[in-house]
Amino acid sequence: MKYTVLIYEREADFKARTDETRKGAYWGAYRAYTLALQEAGVMIGGAGLEPPHMATTVRQQHGQRQVQDGPFAEAKEQLGGYYVIEVPDLDKALEWAARCPAASTGAVEVRPNLSM
Amino acid sequence: MDAHQAAELAARASYGRLVAYLASRWRDLARAEDALGDSLVAALETWPRTGVPGKPEAWLLTAARRHLVDGARHTKVEAAALADLRLVVDEAHEAMSAEAVFPDERLKLLFTCAHPAIDEAARTPLMLQTVLGLDAARIASAFLVAPAAMGQRLVRVKAKIRGAGIRFAIPEPPELPARLEAVLEAIYAAYGSGWEDVAGSDPRRRGLAEEAIWLGRLVVGLLPDEPEARGLLALMLHCEARRGARRSLGGAYVPLTQQDIGLWSRPMIEEAEEILADAARSGRPGRFQLEAAIQSAHAQRAVTGRTDWGAIALLYEGLLRCAPTIGARVGHAAALGELRGAEAGLAALEAIPADAVRTYQPYWALRAHLLKTLRRSEQAEQAYDRAMALSEDAAVREFLADQAAR
Repeated sequence: MKYTVLIYEREADFKARTDETRKGAYWGAYRAYTLALQEAGVMIGGAGLEPPHMATTVRQQHGQRQVQDGPFAEAKEQLGGYYVIEVPDLDKALEWAARCPAASTGAVEVRPNLSM
Repeated sequence: MDAHQAAELAARASYGRLVAYLASRWRDLARAEDALGDSLVAALETWPRTGVPGKPEAWLLTAARRHLVDGARHTKVEAAALADLRLVVDEAHEAMSAEAVFPDERLKLLFTCAHPAIDEAARTPLMLQTVLGLDAARIASAFLVAPAAMGQRLVRVKAKIRGAGIRFAIPEPPELPARLEAVLEAIYAAYGSGWEDVAGSDPRRRGLAEEAIWLGRLVVGLLPDEPEARGLLALMLHCEARRGARRSLGGAYVPLTQQDIGLWSRPMIEEAEEILADAARSGRPGRFQLEAAIQSAHAQRAVTGRTDWGAIALLYEGLLRCAPTIGARVGHAAALGELRGAEAGLAALEAIPADAVRTYQPYWALRAHLLKTLRRSEQAEQAYDRAMALSEDAAVREFLADQAAR
């Protein structure tokens, strides 16, 4: 089954990406995680996302386009990226999700992809 | 026993095994249940006329197979999946006819029902429905939920099992203890809902305690090396042994320490003691073994004529180290109150965060009792009021009112 692993990060995690003293550890952890997914042959795709202040939210209301600065929901943890993986079942997907660096600092959500 | 009853009994005994077998292979719990349900209906029509077949499970499985294949054709399942399904049922059929031992997959089903990805409130109902074949209406009334709401909840859960890809499997060793605890907790919750209903006075809940004990025996049989499974079974048997003593002839509530030991079931206590001793031999204590040991200490009153509160307080301390629940903290405070006096008991109670006990009836009942003993009448009265307001059972309310008035 295909699952999407959604990575939710706190503000401190987003800051760690560019912080001189912490960026080495941050990117090192994600490089190692991505490599592990690839070597296990379970990775299908994914992307890292720019921080929430770079987000723009669009709604189409009454034929009017409403554009708003920022992410669609204000929350302590924000979407920071995602992986798409293919594994036999939820337990395996959760196993990989638990190894994701964000699992220990923010939260990681696992959702089965719609099969189409 | 008439033919209809015999048919029902045979069908009932096979239900969980067949659901587990079909679901673990077809990976669709809802469809496996539907197919089996249809074949049960057919069985209850046929068997009273023809007699129960020599191998009722083979009969039911063959019928379920027909329903599954028909259903799959109906919903235009891809050809590959249909072929898969045929293989599954053929294999099952072979296993049955060739005198081979029919594989018991109920343990996988139990672990699936108590998977952490499933809403905790749905785990016990799901277990009762799939392993025991209880209908949603009966489960709903035992949990004081509207039947339609319970039905929906169960449908949603089964959709999640299929949609999220929850596997029908026994967890790997590093995961096993935590996952087993969830299974045992779900069974204990079923027992708890039966326990509230003293002496079967509430027909809506009748028998859930027995069903829970049956599930407890099943887990012990399937996982004989897990002492916590034995611990839970011993705990439930100890509680069940006292069922007849929990009410006076007039229906009044009788607290544990005042129960007539002549009304306790000796065979059940003896069985509980044996099971607990077996568990203890493993040298791996745990929450349920400790809770059973506390009940075992209470049961000793039948032998020694007194309650050893020192031992009970010590066991609660052990329990608090591995499972610091509110129930355990209140139990510990009660034991301290008996052992060292009401002052000590009250101090232990007051160490529990107020937020956690606002609606916890045993806390208020104990608090009232201790305050009364200390002659702090006004506070005692308030606590009795709160305890009564939180009691579901009229007999318990009357008991508390009586205590408050003394």
